Amino acid sequence: MNISHNHRLLFGLALGGFLFLSLLIAVRPAWSVQENNASLPGAVAMTDDERAGLHVFISEGCVACHTQQVRNIDMDKPWGGRPGMASDYAWRTRIDIWRATPSTLGTERTGPDLTEVGKRQASADWQYLHLFNPRTVVKQSIMPAFGWLFTETTSLLPDEKAVNVPPAYRDGLTGTIVPTERGRQLVAYLLSLKQVALPTGSEAPGFIEYTPAKALVAEVAGSVAVAAGPDGAALYATHCQACHQANGEGLKGAFPPLKGSPVVTDANASLMVNVVLQGYDARPEYGAMQAFGDRLTDAEIAAILTFERQSWGNKAPAVPVAFVTAERAALKSKPGV
Amino acid sequence: MPARERPCFQHPLRQHPLRQWMLMIPGFLLLTPVVASAQTKPESIYSQPAVLGTGLLLLLIIGTAVVVVFLQLRPILLRLYPPMVPDSTPEADPAAPPTGEQFDELRTALVTPRDERGLVQRVSRNVHAPLVSDKKRGQPLTDVDPKLVRLVSAYLLCATVWLVFGTLVGWYVGIKFVRPDIDHIAWLSFGRLRPVHTNAVFWGWTSLAMLGLGNFVVPRTGSTPLYSYRIGWWTLWLINAATVLGTLCLMAGINNGGGEYREYIWPVMLLFAVGLILTFYNYFKTVANRKTPEIYISNWYIIGACGWVIILSVIAYLPFYQNGLGETIIQGYYMHQGVGMWFMTFTLGLVYYFLPLSLNKPIYSYSLGALAFWTQLLFYTLIGTHHYVFSPIAWWLQTVAIVFSAGMFIPVLAGTINFAMTFRGSSKQVGDSYSLPFLLIGVVLYFTGSVQGSLQAFRTTNLVWHFTDFNVAHSHITMYGIVAFMLWGCIYTLLPKLTGREPRTLLVGIHFWFALIGLMAYVVALMVGGTLKGLSWMAAQPFIDSVVLMAPYWLWRAIGGTLMLLAHFVFGYNLLDMLRPPRRQPAPTLQPLERHEYIA
Repeated sequence: MNISHNHRLLFGLALGGFLFLSLLIAVRPAWSVQENNASLPGAVAMTDDERAGLHVFISEGCVACHTQQVRNIDMDKPWGGRPGMASDYAWRTRIDIWRATPSTLGTERTGPDLTEVGKRQASADWQYLHLFNPRTVVKQSIMPAFGWLFTETTSLLPDEKAVNVPPAYRDGLTGTIVPTERGRQLVAYLLSLKQVALPTGSEAPGFIEYTPAKALVAEVAGSVAVAAGPDGAALYATHCQACHQANGEGLKGAFPPLKGSPVVTDANASLMVNVVLQGYDARPEYGAMQAFGDRLTDAEIAAILTFERQSWGNKAPAVPVAFVTAERAALKSKPGV
Repeated sequence: MPARERPCFQHPLRQHPLRQWMLMIPGFLLLTPVVASAQTKPESIYSQPAVLGTGLLLLLIIGTAVVVVFLQLRPILLRLYPPMVPDSTPEADPAAPPTGEQFDELRTALVTPRDERGLVQRVSRNVHAPLVSDKKRGQPLTDVDPKLVRLVSAYLLCATVWLVFGTLVGWYVGIKFVRPDIDHIAWLSFGRLRPVHTNAVFWGWTSLAMLGLGNFVVPRTGSTPLYSYRIGWWTLWLINAATVLGTLCLMAGINNGGGEYREYIWPVMLLFAVGLILTFYNYFKTVANRKTPEIYISNWYIIGACGWVIILSVIAYLPFYQNGLGETIIQGYYMHQGVGMWFMTFTLGLVYYFLPLSLNKPIYSYSLGALAFWTQLLFYTLIGTHHYVFSPIAWWLQTVAIVFSAGMFIPVLAGTINFAMTFRGSSKQVGDSYSLPFLLIGVVLYFTGSVQGSLQAFRTTNLVWHFTDFNVAHSHITMYGIVAFMLWGCIYTLLPKLTGREPRTLLVGIHFWFALIGLMAYVVALMVGGTLKGLSWMAAQPFIDSVVLMAPYWLWRAIGGTLMLLAHFVFGYNLLDMLRPPRRQPAPTLQPLERHEYIA
């Protein structure tokens, strides 16, 4: 019988065909990836706080702008040491009976990727300030301010730390600002985000290099982007500026200034190199600084330090790459480090 | 040594002349250097076929807009320059036809026009150089059940309320890209409002408008009454309830998991699904009761879409295979099919009815429509994973998605040729109609938006465009440029026929041009900005630079969005205007016309 005359046949075929193709292309692959998947041996299970923080993350719609997906292409290298793998997401399950599996891979990167934000911005102080109002630490940011994750208090609890918001951003609050429970949970979740190391001996999947890209980037961006050697100013913007600020003055009560700092302008750069390599948390009035030893190469560290030592009125000699290499070697040979 | 300038402000892209231009001139002029550089620099990004293709597609849209402008202006221009009439009365020549005053006298004596039988519906006087040309009016349908008119009107009214609400929200979140500190209220924060916008325009506006029009088309094409009005009303209430509850949930921070378009939690989406199941049953029974032997092609698309979206929602919400990366595979499948198998398919079905209706001729080819239907089913279903190119999802799945994305060219071309050939030879009718320009733009954007989407799925273009605002531009070309424009075309065709009340031509024109110009500003700004953003990432520049460089494009987006919002207010007024009881028209008594009126 003619298909255009028989409604049962026509719509039976259309719906049956769609169901068949759907099972083939969506349900079966999804089922198979769910069944044949496990977290890496080094993965640490989420704490209750971190899991609650993930729920805050979903509820506030953070996934609209933040991916958690290091693609296997060159340009995603800043976001993780290796491309993401299925096992990185094996922990994801349904949130509860009402809510589905969190869709954390994301489809848009209006803000930075968060795969390794716990390593990149390891300072809780920075995270709180940034959440209270991102403009306090990143002037050009367009992220929403999450004031409702904070509250005012008159007396701090023993394990509580005030968020030192600059006066211009206090939004009319006069008291001591502390995060609410949801705020704490969200920061706990963010700080837990880092890639799990592969088991020793196994080789990480590689990033795909694409050669034409360099040429076209050079064409659009001019010669600046492909200048020889690492660009200290750009690296500073990527790795340091969020705390120490573009003007090198830091934030009062949160992050120390580099402008005019004796550590930075010291003719002997040894202490400065070691702070960057190992991190620093010796001064209670400032937030802790994470280590950059395993995130940056010697040449990159040298470029950043040279930039810092010769900007904002600082006039200290450049740091040679060999000097950073030597300090790193000395650090390794020290017992107990 | 003076303090060095802050590095991140010295964005290299800022110095590039290309950027200056993009800010100052309409984006389409860009295509000139794009094509030029393609010939000289083989390694250039602009020589990539997909990028070139996208540029040409943009040019096609603009070309169509120019043609529509011409068609719309032609009647006015003809009136502005009436043919010359000699002033002096020549010497009386008994053989010459009477002219001037002689003629007037003759006419007054012989003809005193009266329209005693009420054949003339409407007389316009003072037709000299009006602001807009007058459009042809359709004849009202007299054989439609008033119950059906009420039902369709209720659907369209609710849909329009959601359109205005949804775009108001969308406009506000667009403003937040420019002024992030405009408010600090949790319920109005960007992360919560963004899904409110997308879901309201998806389920509230588009779905209700489609179903409302479907309630008319399905019975009409089968020459049979709608199976059940009661079911029609139930679906309306269920979908409205789902959208209200879903909106409130999202604003309160209750989100299903953040996957796009399935942000409503399942109890809310269940209402929507039940509504659709009811309507599927209603349409199916109506078609089963048809008086025609054949099932008209519109119903293939309309009922197919209703069935597909039910299967789709069930698969998307069932939890049994969504742990780990399973969720992501389903997400890619769901968000793409939601657009392709529901909105696009249903709307195409409507166009297969309303385009022939407005042009008063049959669709060019029934077979092409059937070909497009089956290839849509085969190709569209398999391409969801192209939203996750280079992700940890299996490489073969990504490749299948990319290959079939290219295959989408077949249904798109089949559909476009079918519509274009139906339009062929009817440019005068487009110029004389206020609803056909919407359908024309919808068809042109159907071709451009879909082909552009296929090009965007390739791995080379994905490198630059994925994760950037380019995606937002694409989704607005499709959901707005194709679906919303087609729906407007259908509504402006149908409602006056049902209610006997025409909207004001000038206001329909304002709706059309504000929506089209707003969309173009929106899309071009985000495409250009998105491309620069992708290139900035590839150049490994600090991430914040890619935020800074977007500022002017986000501003242009907000401007385009404002125009679109204004267009929707005007549309809302037009809809109310069409829904009011018909204007009472006294049987006109024609007065003798002045001489100059004949010239017009």
